[in-house]
Amino acid sequence: MDYLGDLQAFLPGIITAVAGLAVITIEALKSGHKSAYWVTSFSLIVALFFGIQSLGTPLQEAFSGMLVHGGIAAFGNVIILLGTLFCVFLSNDYLESIDHNYNEVYGMILFATSGMICLAGANDLISLFLGLETMSICLYVMAGLIKNEKQGAEGALKYFLLGAFSTGFLLYGAALLYGATGTTSIPGIGAAASSDLLFLAGAALLLIGFLFKVSAVPFHMWTPDVYQATPTTLTAYMATASKAATFMAMILVLSRALPSVEGLDWQAVLSVVAIITMIFGNIIALVQDNIKRMLAYSSIAHAGYALVGLSAATPEGYSAVAFYLFAYTIMNVGAFGVVAYYERNKGLDFSDVNNLAGLGFKKPMMGVMMSLFLFSLAGIPPFVGFVGKYYVFAAAINANMVPLAIVGVLASAASVYYYLRVMVYLYFREAHKETEMIDPSFLYKGALVILALLTVYYGIEPILPFGGLMELITGF
Amino acid sequence: METLLNITIYLPLLGIPLILLSKNENMKKWSALLVTSATFLISLPLMFNFDVVNSGAAQYLTEGGRISSTLDIKYLVGLDGLSLLLFMLTTFMGPIVIISSWNSVAKHLSGYLAMLLLLQTASLGVFASLDLLVFYVFFELSLIPMYFLIGIWGGSDRIRATLKFFIYTLVGSLIMLVGLIYVGYDAGSVMSGVNFTLDWRFLSSDIYQIGLVEQTYLFLAFALAFCIKVPLFPFHTWLPYAHTEAPTAGSVVLAAIMLKMGTYGLIRVCLPLFPNAFMEFAPYMATLAVIGIIYGALVAMVQKDVKKLVAYSSVSHLGFVVLGIFALNTVAVQGAIIQMVNHGLSTGALFLIVGMIYDRRHTRMIKDFGGIAKKMPIFTVMFMIATLASIGLPGLNGFVGEFLILNGSFFSELYDNKVFAILAASGVILAAVYMLWMFQRVMFGPLENEENKKLVDLNAREIGLLVPLVIFMFWIGIHPVNFTKYSENQVTELIITSKEKSLAVLETSKTEDLPEWANSFYGVDEETESESLMVSTK
Repeated sequence: MDYLGDLQAFLPGIITAVAGLAVITIEALKSGHKSAYWVTSFSLIVALFFGIQSLGTPLQEAFSGMLVHGGIAAFGNVIILLGTLFCVFLSNDYLESIDHNYNEVYGMILFATSGMICLAGANDLISLFLGLETMSICLYVMAGLIKNEKQGAEGALKYFLLGAFSTGFLLYGAALLYGATGTTSIPGIGAAASSDLLFLAGAALLLIGFLFKVSAVPFHMWTPDVYQATPTTLTAYMATASKAATFMAMILVLSRALPSVEGLDWQAVLSVVAIITMIFGNIIALVQDNIKRMLAYSSIAHAGYALVGLSAATPEGYSAVAFYLFAYTIMNVGAFGVVAYYERNKGLDFSDVNNLAGLGFKKPMMGVMMSLFLFSLAGIPPFVGFVGKYYVFAAAINANMVPLAIVGVLASAASVYYYLRVMVYLYFREAHKETEMIDPSFLYKGALVILALLTVYYGIEPILPFGGLMELITGF
Repeated sequence: METLLNITIYLPLLGIPLILLSKNENMKKWSALLVTSATFLISLPLMFNFDVVNSGAAQYLTEGGRISSTLDIKYLVGLDGLSLLLFMLTTFMGPIVIISSWNSVAKHLSGYLAMLLLLQTASLGVFASLDLLVFYVFFELSLIPMYFLIGIWGGSDRIRATLKFFIYTLVGSLIMLVGLIYVGYDAGSVMSGVNFTLDWRFLSSDIYQIGLVEQTYLFLAFALAFCIKVPLFPFHTWLPYAHTEAPTAGSVVLAAIMLKMGTYGLIRVCLPLFPNAFMEFAPYMATLAVIGIIYGALVAMVQKDVKKLVAYSSVSHLGFVVLGIFALNTVAVQGAIIQMVNHGLSTGALFLIVGMIYDRRHTRMIKDFGGIAKKMPIFTVMFMIATLASIGLPGLNGFVGEFLILNGSFFSELYDNKVFAILAASGVILAAVYMLWMFQRVMFGPLENEENKKLVDLNAREIGLLVPLVIFMFWIGIHPVNFTKYSENQVTELIITSKEKSLAVLETSKTEDLPEWANSFYGVDEETESESLMVSTK
């Protein structure tokens, strides 16, 4: 056994898990000490460094086939760690200003990240479940962070109950698949796939479990409440990193464990789910006045776009989804980051879009960045969101799913309205009353600027003359 | 020269930091003016060195690397006969637009200038790009600055206007995106070594042919996007609204440049890619164009607001352009191209003039004016010239374009019906009615309103920005060949190759099993029609 190789394969996960233990220890010895935050940031940067290093390597198995690393899994790790890192940067100031800057939060983030890395590289239903639960339990805790308010408790409880319920589905599905094939290894299941009822039912239940986690319609009910109740920067974390990890696991499972077997037409199922998710998410988002709820519904819609790529079921489609998750992560963390900045100001409830009136000119930099992230989320070129959508729809069209792509672009045309609406308030309306706006710290501003630069850079990268990100997404 | 083209496109964008860093308002304005003037001057050699004989071949090409070995998506810009004039019009309007808003921006000057410069880069990019995906990116990018220009610096109902403008145009272009991706994969399967390409040079060549059924759907998808942008009746409803609410500079750019992206797209993309559908849909498109000409004119006639009147006249004028494009003979298409420039000049000038009077009186209602010719003689002369150019008086630019279009449409085999040209010609008469009537009510008659007695004539800045426009109105009107020569060869070639390509597609279709509607719509079995087309191309 190549123990060292195994450890190396899971290095980002190990780093985050160890750092999580360190943070908990720090908190136990010296409650509220700032070093926990620095340990978290540093460990994430190191993990990200190793993650980036393994980009472009072929997909390999490790831990006796429990995990895979390299290839698409490496890309998944990079997305997860990137999202987590920026959320941590933003969280420090934000949690400070809402008086919830507990060190335990960072511990939870690190453990959850470790779980996500396990999930995004799962090669066995056991490790998949392990990763998923590690991630989910930490997220339940975060959802209930604001425990004094009714909303927080409601959100956390809702998330926990429904999450546990969906885990039941997933586990039941895994059990049936094991019963049908006699193995829990993902490639093993793929090899032994048959069209008997046990296998089909297992696959269906597994899919339901996944669709719950990515909040696809009709399994989305928890999303708006949970997102609204959770502290904003942690919402960003939930909405991006955890979704990215789950989608990555879906790619691995769909491409390797569920080949096209007679009677198992998950492509059709996913495309129907994609259509209703895109339409439903965008239409409900149109009428939201609370930005966090609006972004919650928009994240439902974005899961729909990613499902379009998945339902194409081609290597091209899977790489499109991977790129889309990257795009979605940077622009969504950015958007939530700016919203968190507005919320930090006292006096008005700045998560209500009406109260944003006139703020665009008051803090020009924040306003410009918000517009940039929103245009990107809306899929307007030349921002990364457009490139992501382009790849996803291109994959669908190339897989002869033109109607699906048309529904997708029309849904995204409708979505433009609610993204533009935020800018209407920021720029086109006069402020109601004078409010003092705080100056964000250098780190906070810097993190958002980097996200904004990434959003623009990867929007024009495809036409730049040197090799692109897309080439690094290989191996399924 | 290649570098020069790229500098021209991106110089306005690079000017934005200059404006943001400038300390006071004057410096901001001067630096914006400097940047746009430099852009215009740098673009001049592109026109002088343009190889007129080979206008069909793209010149000053810059070709970037492919996105990956199998996806032929790349940065590709160049100018040819179709784009050169519009490209030059865009650089020419740049400084004029900046000067026009010298004293009329009340708030957030840096943002305003930055948006105008961004719009300049986006528009130049649209006309220069020859990879259709790059074209699409610039096409969409141009929406963002215009959204803010109308939304922040617009009139009282600006929010609804800008949202309508943005979403309306976006819906069209997103459908086009689906079509674009489809074409990309379809063309990639023909091109060797790749599986996706949107290189216009390949798509427009006769190697790449699209089947009749696909052509129909794709043509409709693309035409929808472009017709919304033009805007062709019945997709025009966003335009008067956006024009009325936009600030003067926004209206000028919208009318002079952004609307041309639609008509330009029809010639650039729809004709060479979908020649059969283009030709079969021509009578229907011409019908919409003629309805637009007459409807726009009639609605313009009853407007009480001068700016709205000019906006509806745009609907009418662009109807002429579309009519010319779909007539598909050299005369008419040449007329359409020169008419795009003419409309940019004359309608641009009219919007500037309306802006000038609005700056003085803060009203645009016709009833508030009357007799101001006595107070503002220079203004009257300028206004008169722009009005007559817009109407199409011989000797001024509008006449050249309209004459060529009507002449070409009259003899067009595609329309096969002289009614289109005859009805469209009535649009010229109606134009005279609404423009001259408006002019008479605003400028002549008794000077009764006390406010109007205090009006002062144009200052040097305002004269200075109108004079270049007037010069070109006369120049194009008197000696159009200086301008039409750039596109002539390419238009002739393009029409011949498109017609040949359509025949080749028809020939292939005979062996294929097409649905019934396609057979009858395209007349696949009718031998005679294709023969007569063959004769007419020679």
